[in-house]
Amino acid sequence: MSDTFGSLVGKDVVVELKNDLSICGTLHSVDQYLNIKLTDISVTDPEKYPHMLSVKNCFIRGSVVRYVQLPADEVDTQLLQDAARKEAMQQKQ
Amino acid sequence: GKMADEVEQQQTTNTVEEPLDLIRLSLDERIYVKMRNDRELRGRLHAYDQHLNMILGDVEETVTTVEIDEETYEEIYKSTKRNIPMLFVRGDGVVLVAPPLRVG
Repeated sequence: MSDTFGSLVGKDVVVELKNDLSICGTLHSVDQYLNIKLTDISVTDPEKYPHMLSVKNCFIRGSVVRYVQLPADEVDTQLLQDAARKEAMQQKQ
Repeated sequence: GKMADEVEQQQTTNTVEEPLDLIRLSLDERIYVKMRNDRELRGRLHAYDQHLNMILGDVEETVTTVEIDEETYEEIYKSTKRNIPMLFVRGDGVVLVAPPLRVG
């Protein structure tokens, strides 16, 4: 999974947290725990939540993420499916 | 020999042996996902892993809430839907994965 995110570094994503906060930003990096670093962030949705106006970059602990909205045209679904089949096979060993 | 056959079975099996194999059968198919906090997803399964992290395409999320009427105390169920073209879902929120529910 972190390989998939790795290929999306530099793209814009929206991270939705379990506390319902949604953060839009450019994907800077991801690690094995799916911790995420975003740059140039903004709070999407009606800005009813912390106006993080002065915050440019952030580190998000993977465990607090509910969803990450990905740019559909940057994702090769065929490649993803093949990788998932392969990963599933490797897990069984 | 027998050992080689067993190894081959593990590496290239098309049979369903464990629960995650059932999910493998749903790759590139539309699925239904029940999540925590009264959320449901319907979308096309593009990827998954052993944690049940998933990547779904063409997703519809339904969030269901209950309001209690102050006077009648009746339960009013409301649902909010939204569409997301491509979505990563963290596995720790997933409760159930199934083929799409068909009504009627």
